[in-house]
Amino acid sequence: MPPTSALFEATSRRAIGTAVAAAVALGTGLSGCSGPAAAESRGVLLTVSAAASLGTAFTDLAAEFERTHPRVDVALNVGGSSELAAQIVEGAPADVFAAASDATMTTVVDAGLAASEPRTFARNTLAIAVAPGNPHGVDGLADLSDHSPDDRSLTVVACAPAVPCGAVATTAASAAGISLALASEELSVTDVLAKVISGEADAGLVYRTDIAAAGDVVDGVWLPQSDATTTAYPIVALTAEADDPASRAAAQWIDFVTGPTGQATLHRLEFGAP
Amino acid sequence: MSSRLLERPPGRVAVDGRTGIPIWLLLPAVAGVLLLTVPLAALAWRADWANFLPLVTSDSALAALRLSLVTAGVSTLLCVAAGIPLAVVLARSTGRGMRIVRALVLIPLVLPPVVSGLALLYAFGRRGPLGEHLGTLGIQVAFSTAAVVLAQVFVSLPFFVLTLEGALRTHGIRFDRVAATLGASPTVILARVTLPLVLPGLVTATVLAFARALGEFGATLTFAGNLSGVTRTLPLEIYLQRESDAPAAVALSLVLVAAALCLALTAYRPAARS
Repeated sequence: MPPTSALFEATSRRAIGTAVAAAVALGTGLSGCSGPAAAESRGVLLTVSAAASLGTAFTDLAAEFERTHPRVDVALNVGGSSELAAQIVEGAPADVFAAASDATMTTVVDAGLAASEPRTFARNTLAIAVAPGNPHGVDGLADLSDHSPDDRSLTVVACAPAVPCGAVATTAASAAGISLALASEELSVTDVLAKVISGEADAGLVYRTDIAAAGDVVDGVWLPQSDATTTAYPIVALTAEADDPASRAAAQWIDFVTGPTGQATLHRLEFGAP
Repeated sequence: MSSRLLERPPGRVAVDGRTGIPIWLLLPAVAGVLLLTVPLAALAWRADWANFLPLVTSDSALAALRLSLVTAGVSTLLCVAAGIPLAVVLARSTGRGMRIVRALVLIPLVLPPVVSGLALLYAFGRRGPLGEHLGTLGIQVAFSTAAVVLAQVFVSLPFFVLTLEGALRTHGIRFDRVAATLGASPTVILARVTLPLVLPGLVTATVLAFARALGEFGATLTFAGNLSGVTRTLPLEIYLQRESDAPAAVALSLVLVAAALCLALTAYRPAARS
């Protein structure tokens, strides 16, 4: 959208007025809401693509960031990390990418789209979501094995190995020397959690933060932190032009997330320190 | 202006004033065709044709293909078994309540599939009224192939009923009346007069039901789960592969596009003739 980015770069109101008039006169069709409204506030739109598990944390942080940076509007694009990475590689507009695994970040870095080295800003640990009160007495990965000691037949769901949360689940299971008997390999953590909340599954492998965010509809069985059960969250700016306000805002956002306020919010939501 | 543009290349467009179609209609019509075909062409353009065969004959792809064909086949049979009686009742009854029954039957046609999936989950899930009773009988619907079939029938039966009812109404009841005056019983009339007359409509309805079942995604994902060979049909396999193995997703998508093309050609030929 050349006319819109031209608007953001314009500094004086008169320049904006001229740009709008020129755009209208040329009939390029500026839409009513993005054109004049953006011109009124002279705001910077910062598009942040973030992994689904960061949704709550980044929503809170975006509100705080917008309060301290009144000229910046944070637009959050929350979704599966691999899906977001694919969107960015295909040319979707984004200024910052925060992924739930190093593997998905690599996709974007390898495509030459990262403006700098990705920084790890949080960690998350695999956990078992069970019905409130843990009626089946699950206390570890071994209970989810297809050869569990007391041979209870639990309905267990996890993410598919192709999805970051599924990759962690697979690694954790093989590190524990068990094979999981899965009733379903879901496509996202949200799908796994939904199956446990609806009672279709007795146990689901998700992240610690998902259980914390779900409230009291599920209980969590924490697993010991190890390399096999933990995933890193890298963040990177995708644009780096010295005179581009969005690039500046992207750098500020990353400093904010990796700084004390960001870390405190992430910690409160059960994320681990980088 | 546009008509002149379109008329100028001699012999290219075989539409003129005498056919009764305003020539300016061609412009939006062509735009519509492009809108529908360009994305599919782009899909074919992206395909890794050199590896097409290995991609669509991998173990997981074949498992998904087999599961899709079997479940869509069974679903279609169930649609025929329930749909013919339902369509006949709807087409031939004049009761006032029929409008309401028809509206109810057609709901899944206009419902987002994920809502259909949720509805099925709350009915046949482990905590649903039907699922609970089936559970005491030892029948577990969730995460089973039966759940896939159930989801497919739920979304494709309305297509079948709508199409067949339309055919039955178009043909009217003249021949049925004649047969009745000659002493034929209602069952004989149905089997020897009504259904043979609407055979093209019946074929269309069956093909449409099969196509809809083959493409079912949202309700299956929400209700049935996602496990290779059990519940992971072709659309679910494509959705999973698009993250980790995009060429495989594209190749499998093209298989479905080809199937859709064949089904569309079959479904709409008889309809055009009648």
